[in-house]
Amino acid sequence: MKSLSKILGPFTPLIGVIILLLVWQIAFWVEVVDHVLLPSPTSMFIAVWQGMSGGQLLFDFFRTIERTALSILYAGIIGIPLGIIFGSSVGLYRSVEFVVDFFRSTPASAVFPLFLAISGPGDATKIQVATFGAALVILFNVAYGVMNARKTRLQAAKVMGAPRFRVLTDVMLFESLPQTFVGLRNGVSLALIIVIVAEMFIGSVDGLGHNVLDNQMLFEMPRMYAAIFVAGALGYSFNLLFLLIERRYVHWSGR
Amino acid sequence: MNVSETEQMAEDDTAPSSRAGASSPLSAAGVTGDAHITIRGLSKSFGDAVIYDNFDLDIPRGRFVSVFGPNGCGKSTLINLIAGLIEPDAGTIRFDGKRLRDTNFGYVFQNYREALFPWMRSIDNIRYPLKFRNISRVEQKERVERLVERLGVTIDLNKYPYQMSGGQQQLVSIMRSLVIEPEVLFLDEPFSALDYEMTLFMRDQLQALFMDTKTTMVFVSHDLEEAVYLADDVMLLSRGPAEVADYVNVGIPRPRSAATISDDEFVRVKAHCLEVFQKLVRGT
Ligand SMILES: Nc1ncnc2c1ncn2[C@@H]1O[C@H](COP(=O)(O)OP(=O)(O)OP(=O)(O)O)[C@@H](O)[C@H]1O
Ligand SMILES: [Mg+2]
Repeated sequence: MKSLSKILGPFTPLIGVIILLLVWQIAFWVEVVDHVLLPSPTSMFIAVWQGMSGGQLLFDFFRTIERTALSILYAGIIGIPLGIIFGSSVGLYRSVEFVVDFFRSTPASAVFPLFLAISGPGDATKIQVATFGAALVILFNVAYGVMNARKTRLQAAKVMGAPRFRVLTDVMLFESLPQTFVGLRNGVSLALIIVIVAEMFIGSVDGLGHNVLDNQMLFEMPRMYAAIFVAGALGYSFNLLFLLIERRYVHWSGR
Repeated sequence: MNVSETEQMAEDDTAPSSRAGASSPLSAAGVTGDAHITIRGLSKSFGDAVIYDNFDLDIPRGRFVSVFGPNGCGKSTLINLIAGLIEPDAGTIRFDGKRLRDTNFGYVFQNYREALFPWMRSIDNIRYPLKFRNISRVEQKERVERLVERLGVTIDLNKYPYQMSGGQQQLVSIMRSLVIEPEVLFLDEPFSALDYEMTLFMRDQLQALFMDTKTTMVFVSHDLEEAVYLADDVMLLSRGPAEVADYVNVGIPRPRSAATISDDEFVRVKAHCLEVFQKLVRGT
């Protein structure tokens, strides 16, 4: 096995992909499940191609990106400063820890009806719930990162004459960045989940969630699979994007 | 002032026997004429542990003072109190009569890895303390350049700290504390995380720097040889609560070098310090 990964080099991860597609193709040939329920991989890829080259799928794809990106943006704007504030005072953090932890553990889908009742079934509600879920995750991680900031660095800034606020912006912020990125990556995954679920709700007219559900009800299975595939690719890409940003800007992490 | 000085004299008489010419802080301060840092009635406890109880000390100006003592006697606590990193329970600390916040001082931490900012290039680390001193960007740049030139530093300061060796990082850390041209420099075991070769090199860098700037230095070390090698005065601290057990003058001319280690005077001072230290450790 070791020699195999040596031969293939960077292409090693493709093995899993090929195996998955093979198993799928064989299951299709053997007709483990009805062809209507499990179309061939080729028909899915054709549906992806058709949908993404100017079709409904592309439109829904962008709508989902828009909602998720807005949610993570708002969640960051709310979660990062609050995380820094809570994290920089142990007393303050202890006093809100339970509440944050409780809501962080509450499935965001459970608070959906609440937000629906307050804000109605519009676009804003979807973004609100996703923001709510992601902000808590980000807040928690940032606070954790701030609390675990190296004491020596804070002292160093202090003896060099940095005022309290500058210690926060010049040291705390950077010290917490690696953990902040953990929060952002978890947050964006959660935001995407919430957005997709929200798009399946009554009143939704677009987005990948809506696309999946719509095609399922129309029994357009290749299209439904295509939408699921695109949703998966989107989640993966968001994660990868944050990883790349992190490597670029948090270059000192782990060194 | 006069009253407390007399008090201090009285206290020093009760200290363990001192060698001739190397007695109390005051006589040591007398060598150069005046005290730079004046500590009066300093008290500090952690829970039940009394580390300092009504402690008085004068640190003379322009001298290199090594602080040596048993583990946990309060060496770090002393310089952290003086540098304002921890608050005393009681007592006053003055720099030429000024408070700490009106004083330009530098502090070099033992753990350079955790003291430098890894998100900044070394050059920006060095420049950082200047940001809080009303100095134009141009002047900041010039100051760093002047410092680099004076120390004859040849390492590439555009690297990030984590791209450098331990010694280079500690050098950056020392430069960062020097760039503000401090009146006093505190160093808490600055070389203890370095390998032996690097330590020897850094000792001589520090000595050259001291000879060049005559900055008052308070240097904590675990290594008696190092403490004596670098010092004008070695201050031996006792444990619980800490007292100045002895204050030893090291009259060996500078620059000192590897040959100094086998110098008669050096050997004598070191043996004396060791003797006092062993009495302290056995005594408590
Ligand atoms: N923040 C703190 N809380 C409680 N106890 C402390 C604290 N800082 C120091 N101490 C205790 O005070 C005593 C003196 O500590 P200090 O670090 O000053 O010793 P030290 O002389 O520097 O020792 P070492 O040689 O190990 O560096 C020790 O017994 C230590 O356990
Ligand atoms: Mg110490």
